[in-house]
Amino acid sequence: MAASQLGIDRADVRRARTLARQVGKPIVDLARRHTTVSVERATLRLAGLGGADPDGTPWVNRLADVVRADTGLEHGVSLPVWDALLRGEAEDLLTLAQKAAAGSVTFRLPEGRDSTRAAGASRKAVAAGIRQIDRQRVAREKMIARVGDAPSKPWIYLIVATGDIHEDIPQAQAAAREGADVIAVIRSTGQSLLDFVPEGATREGFAGTYATQENFRLMRAALDETSRELGRYVRLTNYASGLCMPEIATLAGLERLDMMLNDSMYGILFRDINPVRTFVDQRFSRQIHARAGIIINTGEDNYLTTADAVEAAHTVTTSQLLNEYFAKEAGLEDWQLGLGHAFEIDPEVPDSFRLELAHAMLARELFPDAPLKWMPPTRHMTGDIFKGYLLDGFFNLVGAMTGQGILLVGMMTEAVVTPWISDRDLALQNVRYVMNAAGNLREDFHPSPDGFIATRAREVLGEAVDLLEEIKADRSVPGQPPLLSAIADGTFGLMKRPADKGKGLDGVARKAPGYYNPATEILEGTK
Amino acid sequence: MSLIRPYGDTTGDGMVQLSFTLPIQHSKVAEGAAVQLANKMGMDPALVVHAKPMGEGFTFFVVYGRVNHLVDPSTVEVVERDYPLLTPKEANAAIKRSLRRRLVVVGGCIGTDAHTVGIDAILNIKGFAGEKGLEYYRELKVVNLGAQVSVPQLVEAAREERADAVLVSQVVTQRDAHLLNTREMSAAFREAYPAASRPLLVVGGPRFDETMADELGVDRVFSRGTTPGEVASFIVHRLTGPRPTTQEKAS
Repeated sequence: MAASQLGIDRADVRRARTLARQVGKPIVDLARRHTTVSVERATLRLAGLGGADPDGTPWVNRLADVVRADTGLEHGVSLPVWDALLRGEAEDLLTLAQKAAAGSVTFRLPEGRDSTRAAGASRKAVAAGIRQIDRQRVAREKMIARVGDAPSKPWIYLIVATGDIHEDIPQAQAAAREGADVIAVIRSTGQSLLDFVPEGATREGFAGTYATQENFRLMRAALDETSRELGRYVRLTNYASGLCMPEIATLAGLERLDMMLNDSMYGILFRDINPVRTFVDQRFSRQIHARAGIIINTGEDNYLTTADAVEAAHTVTTSQLLNEYFAKEAGLEDWQLGLGHAFEIDPEVPDSFRLELAHAMLARELFPDAPLKWMPPTRHMTGDIFKGYLLDGFFNLVGAMTGQGILLVGMMTEAVVTPWISDRDLALQNVRYVMNAAGNLREDFHPSPDGFIATRAREVLGEAVDLLEEIKADRSVPGQPPLLSAIADGTFGLMKRPADKGKGLDGVARKAPGYYNPATEILEGTK
Repeated sequence: MSLIRPYGDTTGDGMVQLSFTLPIQHSKVAEGAAVQLANKMGMDPALVVHAKPMGEGFTFFVVYGRVNHLVDPSTVEVVERDYPLLTPKEANAAIKRSLRRRLVVVGGCIGTDAHTVGIDAILNIKGFAGEKGLEYYRELKVVNLGAQVSVPQLVEAAREERADAVLVSQVVTQRDAHLLNTREMSAAFREAYPAASRPLLVVGGPRFDETMADELGVDRVFSRGTTPGEVASFIVHRLTGPRPTTQEKAS
């Protein structure tokens, strides 16, 4: 770390990271001891099982459900499934799934040589999927080398969300032509709570478009075309969150998505998904993202939309530190960490701009090699579009002054309409003006070490360290990782989320001795 | 009350500003088309102060001009909502003041309906349409039972939690399932509770008609596009204000 512009003591930064590790490690241990239905289904997807039955239930769900009923979830599905294939129950996975769904296959847990052979066969099948993810990563790198990368930082991030993939495509292509470096396709409301991934190209969603493998493929192909046309690679983003996080991460890797929203605690706090389910799913999904060369975007902005952005500033820092620990443990590198933060302080608060700058500079200094994802104002966008346009300008200015990697473009019509063509154009003019006028201001701007900004940044870091200390000391449930207890106590946001409550808990199992998952084995490189 | 017209910088100047996009390449003709639109909207003279190409085949305009219309405030009709919209802060304060405890809301999807989109949009802290869900309200205790809750389960949960209000979401409307389920639900609550202590019953879903509350035996029906703030405001209004003496007719 270069000398601190904010007068931050390196020892404090080390202390913060040590605490994040101490708080995070027991959670990782817990994640290693468990599996989930979605982790197992993701493994089947890596082995090439796709499609859905006539009712739209994916074959991975049908197969995993039958295996679970026969042998339990605690051994994983791989050994029973490939044992059945080796026993000649079906010639391939799809046929096996169909037969299982019809009730004409019974699964068993193979032993001895049968078990070894099943493990070998499953590893071979899953390795093919991982090779496909590797090929897509190489394809991305080659395409960037050939057509060129986004011309400058921050990358301009724009959203499309019509609900219909065939409407999204021309909108996304238009947004890219207008200057977007990253296109995010917002998901349908409530997809995070579906315990299956819908199948095929979808044309109706609630305030967004379903994340499906086919939708991913269609959009990526369209943006490849636009990338070639524009001479710069346009990145595609979706959401690896909710109950199917591991499967969606897998599909994103297979279809060459470039960024995924993936937060360590968002689903727990904001969607009431069981904490253990979330942490297990999250670790697997991050291992996939690491392998696929996908940049994750974390969701710290959400803390500021529900709590006061000044009082809760340190919860953002705390969450960033935890997200960093979990991400690195899963194999992600600094360049893949789009740690989130947002411009959400009430503009009526005195010195609100200086506070925003202090918080953003702190994030930049703590994570110098991470791209950082900078999220625009939403809470204090009132419908007064003129004031909103000014606020977005100040948001862009903080972005310029703190070297953000990914900038989600703020719309003056936030909370009024879904962006019109003119809103998007005006918003991009705002970004370009600020970047052009003040993009290099960083060179000249050095806050006084005793000044308001540096003092505030140190204060927030201090509060984050205190919060981590408090979490680490939480022994309210003996034997439970302190972070789980802290989440149960309502330490983050206002939500109390006990470890034995929440959606998706019935899809979690403690691994039995002899549990086997070829995907985890390959991703962790243990063999 | 006197007739009025828009005010720019002089009384009676009638000046307004307008911006819009036309699907046409920028040119003199495009600017003329913008003036024509403004004229047809009653702006005369209309001055195109800004015209900018946006994307392929679109032009954005800012137009200033004078309108000759007069408005008469005395003839304006306003449909008043029968409950005030409260911010979360105001809702919390009202509950604290009048109940002196947290207000308990039990919610779920009844019948075979597995679509929790609606109930989650209203209850989850994530919320909907830029508004936080009811979980965000400090003075509300929210129990979300999720999908496929049977009516007896719902009644039991309401009793156990001492619910002040029960929220039911229905998305599936095949063979009027939403109406049948709602009637079954309201009948069960009528049977299980004395009239005075029955929780407030609220149903919502995209295909409900908001005027059907009486017919369905519930206190309120919400339809498409309802936000958490509206639901919270209604509940707080009905449970912390003076009780209506007669059955309120939904207008």
